[in-house]
Amino acid sequence: MSVTRAEKPKKTGKNPVDYAKAPINADLTPEQKLGFLADMLRIRRFEQASLKLYQQGKMGGFLHLYIGQESVAVGTLALMGENDHAITAYRDHGHALVVGMSMNECMAELLGKATGCSKGKGGSMHFFAPDKNFWGGHGIVAGQTPLGLGIAFALKYKGLKGCCLTYLGDGAVNQGVFHESLNIAALWDVPVVYIIENNQYSMGTSLARSSAIKSCLAERATGYDMDWDIVNGENLYEVRAKTWDAMQRAHEKCRPAILEIDTYRYYGHSVADANAKKYRKPEEIEFYKQNHDPITLWENRLKEEGIADEAVIKKLDDAAKKEAAASVQFAEDSPFPELESVFDDIYYEVDMGTESGKTGRHFFND
Amino acid sequence: MPVITYRQALNDALAEELERDGNVFLMGEEVAEYNGAYKITEGLWKRFGDKRVIDTPISEAGFIGLGVGAAMMGLRPVMELMFWSFAYVAYDQIINNAGCVRYMSGGLINCPLVIRGPANGGTNVGATHSHTPENFLANTPGLKVVCPATPADAKGLMKAAIRDNDPVCVMENTLLYGDQGEVPEGDYVIPIGVADVKREGTDVSLIAHGRAVLTCLAAAHRLHEEFNISAEVVDLRSIRPLDEQTVLDSVRKTHRAVLVDENKPFCGVSSQIATMIQEHAFDDLDAPVQRVCSLDAPAIYSPALETQQLPTADRIIQKVLAIS
Ligand SMILES: Cc1ncc(C[n+]2csc(CCOP(=O)(O)OP(=O)(O)O)c2C)c(N)n1
Ligand SMILES: [Mg+2]
Repeated sequence: MSVTRAEKPKKTGKNPVDYAKAPINADLTPEQKLGFLADMLRIRRFEQASLKLYQQGKMGGFLHLYIGQESVAVGTLALMGENDHAITAYRDHGHALVVGMSMNECMAELLGKATGCSKGKGGSMHFFAPDKNFWGGHGIVAGQTPLGLGIAFALKYKGLKGCCLTYLGDGAVNQGVFHESLNIAALWDVPVVYIIENNQYSMGTSLARSSAIKSCLAERATGYDMDWDIVNGENLYEVRAKTWDAMQRAHEKCRPAILEIDTYRYYGHSVADANAKKYRKPEEIEFYKQNHDPITLWENRLKEEGIADEAVIKKLDDAAKKEAAASVQFAEDSPFPELESVFDDIYYEVDMGTESGKTGRHFFND
Repeated sequence: MPVITYRQALNDALAEELERDGNVFLMGEEVAEYNGAYKITEGLWKRFGDKRVIDTPISEAGFIGLGVGAAMMGLRPVMELMFWSFAYVAYDQIINNAGCVRYMSGGLINCPLVIRGPANGGTNVGATHSHTPENFLANTPGLKVVCPATPADAKGLMKAAIRDNDPVCVMENTLLYGDQGEVPEGDYVIPIGVADVKREGTDVSLIAHGRAVLTCLAAAHRLHEEFNISAEVVDLRSIRPLDEQTVLDSVRKTHRAVLVDENKPFCGVSSQIATMIQEHAFDDLDAPVQRVCSLDAPAIYSPALETQQLPTADRIIQKVLAIS
């Protein structure tokens, strides 16, 4: 059986650090803290609504749910300032919602509608919002890792103080291009922060069966003389504090880093994952739901702090459900794209009708 | 008009664009301090410095991906591949990321990236270093591919590629780097997607790109001298977008076409041209369209055979005579 967090020695040891007191957390207002809860609930309700559409046969393809991992996107992306950017893999709905994409455009994209964020041309794995510094949504495992490097390179080139949060999975760490990117990032001081969302599985392969490691994946950074840290993803304060440390080093010194954030996904790799219940025991999933659910834990924390009670939580949850239901309605009511739109958005010069877009034949249909 | 080498023409184009636009930078293996493996970037690091001309580790996937990310952010990276043959380790970055990101984002993103380097056989370096992947890359909607054959075209197309707002693959040729030719002075830009009739003729159209154009010109000369056949030579210059009109106009005039292609014959660029001619100019043809491609085997090392594997003037002449 794979190593679960319960069995893993906690790096925090006997005297756990109270990350609530970290500077980036100490000044949070109750509204901000409730905002994090609202965002986590929005992700979960969005994902549940999309799952339902899938089960009803209204969408096909791959649907990689983010349920169980919400604290990672919320804890990290909420730290983004004006010149911070983000890019991730195909499990991208949570990131999209946190950076400010609307449920409507995301749900419509899942159904392949013209009103979708990519006009139905990207689908579940390929959400983008460059106006919100969000660069996708990438379907090839680790294919986004050098793009994050390039985005961060561009920030430094332009003299902007920012970084690129570049997400990948625990399986993606074994792709060569990730290591090429790490080497270049450290060699040239590129302000990229790699965030490994370690949900312990890459499809049906457990971490133990996929990676040769000493203590953790992030430690591989030492081979590149790069900073690294391991983060307990269920603790929103810890996620924020450690991510902010890495972001600050990127901002101030252009130093890259790897953060490995421990998390867990409740559903199969994708909804089409026929083996969802075979490579891990149902008890394991139940254990995480009962003991490590990031939303429940944050709700409990807010209750302890006297910021929220059941009524407040219910109100936020109802709002999330309502928003998700409305997005389903919006998506279902939206039209499919027209066949002519197939040839839009391929070449910028053609789309813009520039001189360069008019010379020669660009498409070869007949 | 000054006569300069193909290499110098490329160097001038890069220097002028670096000068013109602060967002342009050059990156690749050995491009800076070493002055380029083939000396295309000679002197540019000294002149423009570390920020604009950058040596990379030997990590094609990593640095081409970096270029795609930087281009999405509005920079204009010009990435050198020491050989286009090495593109295969960066294929995912070129096809999936540079080629598809605009489409998958519904037009929210564009990628003004140039990838350049030599793509040719004939230099006695064996199969791994002799690939001509213009057909593979032109197969991806979203990418553009140009193959300059002369110093003037090298300069004009390189400048156009750097100014273009879509990803452009510029395929050069190590055998042409030393070739001399007239290159117009000043800001010389050739629009991408415009073919060039390199020699006018009335009896047969020889249609080619890259170095094969020069082979066609040699064949056309001999066809005239030895057989009194007037061959027209059409240089595609750009593979995608493709100047269909110039090709069809030529075929409609001569009624015969021989396509010459350093690609391998199976699904090569010439296959696309042949399809296009039969679709749009079938009734104008007096003979079947013929092709002269590289012989269909991995690039052989042995110099004696290598020159025969690539299209030769002799093979072109034989094909022309067979349909004349
Ligand atoms: C290059 C490539 N190989 C294989 C796949 C198929 N695939 C998609 S996701 C995945 C598992 C990746 O797991 P991980 O990186 O841990 O991310 P997670 O799904 O857990 O978020 C695989 C094998 C792919 N999309 N791209
Ligand atoms: Mg995983």
